[in-house]
Amino acid sequence: MFPAVDVRQVSKRYGSLQALDGVDLRIEAGEFFGLLGPNGAGKTTLINLLSGLARADSGQLSILGRDVAAQYRDSRRLLGVVPQELVFDPFFTVRETLRLQSGYFGLRHNDAWIDELMHHLDLTDKADTNMRRLSGGMKRRVLVAQALVHKPPVIVLDEPTAGVDVELRQIMWRFIQRLNREGHTVLLTTHYLEEAEALCGRIAMLKRGRIVALDSTQNLLNSAAGCRVRMRLSGELPAVLAPHMIERVGEDYLLALSSYPALETMLMQLREAGLTVLEMSLQQPDLEEVFLRVVGKA
Amino acid sequence: MKTSFVTLFYKEVLRVQKVAFQTLLSPILTAVLYLLIFSHVLEQHVEVYPGVRYTAFLIPGLVMMSVLQNAFANSSSSLIQSKITGNLVFVLLAPISYWEFFAAYVLAAVVRGLVVGAGVYLAALYFAQPAMDHPLWALLFAILGSALLGSMGVVAGIWAEKFDQLASFQNFIIMPLTFLSGVFYSIHSLPAFWQDLSRFNPFFYMIDGFRYGFFGVSDISPWFSLAVVAACFAAMAGFTLALLRSGYKLRF
Repeated sequence: MFPAVDVRQVSKRYGSLQALDGVDLRIEAGEFFGLLGPNGAGKTTLINLLSGLARADSGQLSILGRDVAAQYRDSRRLLGVVPQELVFDPFFTVRETLRLQSGYFGLRHNDAWIDELMHHLDLTDKADTNMRRLSGGMKRRVLVAQALVHKPPVIVLDEPTAGVDVELRQIMWRFIQRLNREGHTVLLTTHYLEEAEALCGRIAMLKRGRIVALDSTQNLLNSAAGCRVRMRLSGELPAVLAPHMIERVGEDYLLALSSYPALETMLMQLREAGLTVLEMSLQQPDLEEVFLRVVGKA
Repeated sequence: MKTSFVTLFYKEVLRVQKVAFQTLLSPILTAVLYLLIFSHVLEQHVEVYPGVRYTAFLIPGLVMMSVLQNAFANSSSSLIQSKITGNLVFVLLAPISYWEFFAAYVLAAVVRGLVVGAGVYLAALYFAQPAMDHPLWALLFAILGSALLGSMGVVAGIWAEKFDQLASFQNFIIMPLTFLSGVFYSIHSLPAFWQDLSRFNPFFYMIDGFRYGFFGVSDISPWFSLAVVAACFAAMAGFTLALLRSGYKLRF
């Protein structure tokens, strides 16, 4: 079985900027995959190469085994892309826009699916409204519907929730998660790391056109070993624990521990110092921490 | 026929229809104003072909000028608008080949050119009723001419990055070539130098061949004009297809 997305030794240069530098990436069918990286890391370039909006200088890209250059008709039919920019055609209504997009993909009679898409994205009331008259959030929903109008097995979402409200985000993620459960592969780029953490099974991190981390979300979180402890004590923090302190927040101390067993050692040291723990909470490492560490180090 | 090509063509025609006041009625009004003024001023002073009133002579020229300018405007303005607003991405993401892209934009340009041309012709009948000796010749030149200008419009729309770049293409290339092509006169009324120069203007052959369809008289053999226009279209189509295939200014 072919991988949903297969990227092999892909490089792309724009003038003096090396946008992608020998990228290898394999996303299996059915995955919910996150592509993270700071601005200018090469995420959108990679998506543009996959979708045919740009051409690679070297290397190969394929969607479910179809080469994006040699078999572009097949590969584009297998791919649905939600672009980052809020673009629309001001001449048409929502329904006309979706019918035209269906036609571009060779589908003449697609109204049943168009109606279903509009229903799931809460667009039914706006079906006959001109695109110009829609709010930004509504336009974003139409972009999602356009990407899904031909039922692509691979869906690429390039920062789909940038600048959209919480309600729309929830509507969108419910629908995308449903599609993923039904077998669609999802490739997501986002700046909202909590979104990636909650949704993606695997994550790749890009920096300056190179992949600097690629693993399951859980393994990436585990790689940020240890935990943070916030606690209030009956007295001052003993000197032996000072190297662990990150900061003092009011009466509380925030400490970083290398592992959970280190917690037991810390409690023993507190008892030896004659101190009592008045309040304590443990904080798990999150993806933001991992991201900052990986991207900062690379 | 391929659904994707038909849809892109239909989208282009639907766009024209949605703004028909600007894309169809406005150029018809402009041509009628030309007719009104030039025929009023020159009717009594100029006779280009024996026994043909100047107003009747002028009508085919104005019709063809409108056909050509609107064919160019259609593909060029649609493409630059789509590029600037970013919605061209929906076409570029779709499994549409470069020749389907070309055919859809050029065919839509031909349709707009012919509709505007028919409108100008019908409106002009109020002022004079020119003969129509060879309607198929007129139609052939109108189709080939608008296809050539539609193709040029695709090139201009792809090349231009701003509306003023497109306007310069229109003002410094298309307008002079159409005005200096015998719309308002026969090249036999020009000094020898300008007559010779006119023969290098492909628009002259389009207008002259089109006018032959009306009066059965032309400055140049219609077969020769047909060969020139067909060759120009073939060359321009080849160039445009090569540009689209390379992804120039479309796929980075």
